[in-house]
Amino acid sequence: MEAAHGGASYLISNYVFPNDLHVHWSMMIVLYPYLSGLVDGAFIVAALYYVFGVKSLKPIARFSLIFALSFLFCVGLPVMLHLGRPERNLNMLVTPSPSSAMAGGGYLFMVTLTVLLLLILFLYRAFLVTKQHESKGLKRLFYQVLTFGSDNVSEEALALDKKVIKFLAALGIPVATIFHGYVGFLFGGVKANPSWSTPLMPVIFLFSACVSGISGIILAYIVIKRIRKAPIDTACVRTLINTLFGFFILAFSFEMLEVFSHHYLRSGYHHMVQGLLNGPLFTSFWIWQVGICSFGPLLILGWLCLFRVKDSAFVIGSAVVSFILLLQVLFMRWNVIIGGQLMSKSARGYTEFHPEWFDKEGIIAVLVVMAVPFILLFILSRIFPLWVEEKNET
Amino acid sequence: MEQPESIFSGDRRQFIKKVLKGTIGGSLLLVLPAGAGNLEVPEQITGIRNRPWELSEQNFAFIVDITRCIGCGSCCVADKREFNVPDGHYRTWVERYLKDFDDAVYVDSPKGGLDGYQKPRTDIKKKIRDTFFVPKLCNMCQEPSCVQVCPVGATYRSPDGFVLVDSDRCVGCAYCIQACPYSARFLHPVTRTAEKCTWCYHRVRRGLLPACVSVCPTGARKFGDLNDPESEVTQILKGPGVITVLKKEMGNWPALYYKGLRREVV
Repeated sequence: MEAAHGGASYLISNYVFPNDLHVHWSMMIVLYPYLSGLVDGAFIVAALYYVFGVKSLKPIARFSLIFALSFLFCVGLPVMLHLGRPERNLNMLVTPSPSSAMAGGGYLFMVTLTVLLLLILFLYRAFLVTKQHESKGLKRLFYQVLTFGSDNVSEEALALDKKVIKFLAALGIPVATIFHGYVGFLFGGVKANPSWSTPLMPVIFLFSACVSGISGIILAYIVIKRIRKAPIDTACVRTLINTLFGFFILAFSFEMLEVFSHHYLRSGYHHMVQGLLNGPLFTSFWIWQVGICSFGPLLILGWLCLFRVKDSAFVIGSAVVSFILLLQVLFMRWNVIIGGQLMSKSARGYTEFHPEWFDKEGIIAVLVVMAVPFILLFILSRIFPLWVEEKNET
Repeated sequence: MEQPESIFSGDRRQFIKKVLKGTIGGSLLLVLPAGAGNLEVPEQITGIRNRPWELSEQNFAFIVDITRCIGCGSCCVADKREFNVPDGHYRTWVERYLKDFDDAVYVDSPKGGLDGYQKPRTDIKKKIRDTFFVPKLCNMCQEPSCVQVCPVGATYRSPDGFVLVDSDRCVGCAYCIQACPYSARFLHPVTRTAEKCTWCYHRVRRGLLPACVSVCPTGARKFGDLNDPESEVTQILKGPGVITVLKKEMGNWPALYYKGLRREVV
């Protein structure tokens, strides 16, 4: 047996501070960065086309933006379900405390929403003007509002639109990065929790956000096209998969770097973090997040990117790897947020988390919150057609 | 045969009058102050009453003397009664530490020590070398993490050094609970806002000691004014005893000091 200052003996009593028995940030706070990460990643895909001119991504560029918007609309939903006093949520905007990282969240959300909305409205302006001319009454007024009352679609006006679109998309990159980096910082800035307080946290969140967003776009694109029995642009999917491979290598490397750093530095709380990963989180971290959902995709992505794979197999492989990576990011969020709270600040023990079914932060609520963005995506697709290319092809 | 006279058969009117008088008189006793001035508790922290409370000039300290705590749990009971603390949540608690001859440490705090440590632990087969109790409460940090992270300024550090929560502003996000290195906070299940120990601010402003301090039978909890050179806390902090704070490396600069704290305590 080790002495009192040694690691293992800390855990003998498995003592959890009485106020640490309850996990305060539960599944809704897992969903919050998951949803905002999907927004961030989807936006990156659009930016690759609109800012960096990656032509092969044209078929999904508009879809990515609408996808991002439908998820961005829902980012506040889990937060509201989590808050003890949701009716006071506007206090964050009205009386923000400048010292708090969280106080900036509302403003960042609004800036991100504004940039994304403007970008979409400029992008669809010509189409919306046509719809405005075709419709009457309230519907016409609705389209008039969406086009800012301007029905000028002359070449000069459209050229100006293009410049505005490029500017907004370029502006969107730092905005989306700060928005999701901020979410990572919310955790990285909690010094009381040794598994959170690392400057790597915003970086890890950012790259995993890109991974989840790109995966979400790939999977949604393939599934929607299959349902509509429309052709899948494999050149586009190949570009996405190559991008995904790059981002995932970065994301996974940083995730492992954080664990390795803890392990190598062996600082005061190392034994607690080690005990957490090898104890309560063994299955969800080592087996699921690292084993099945990270090494599996690395092999599949390696196969897809480094070998000549037939188009049909490529599409199936892409859908599978995207699905697994969406799970990987979800496990990562779970292990960081729920996992980090299992470790008591007593440094002597771990608590347990048992998700409930019917709680406002329970499993049913999680399923509902995850379904809402897809319903919104459907509604938004009625206003902003996702596949302009499809019409041109036919 | 003569029937015994019933008490009601005499003068019913008189009987009803007596009942009414008793009821009204009793009720009035409950309502009227009945000489409350005579029952006023004498000032426990000298120099608080009868002078203006200059916010920026206050300097209080709380000292927990580990060598005196007997783990009776009176402080926890007093705290629970003072604030009607809901079950399963703790503004203050007492931990029991046991150490065997291999230097292994066993800690527990069933119900936060509310029932007192009346019986020894039976689940440890090792021979115990040493045992002690450690009361915990809000550290009233000079650089409080909870205040830093509160997004709406509901948790604040008053200029007189007390970290307090405005439950009318709190949104219940629980960020302060995550940020507190001492786990001194919880979300109240009824108000759904953050709560924690206030060092009985409402009592201190009236010259009274915090509830836990006033009931401690051994003087393990001490509270006082550091501006008063004669106060017990000033004398202790000036004295030769080993004084330390919890989790110094966090850089929060607690105003809660521990006398005789053991290195096993986190």
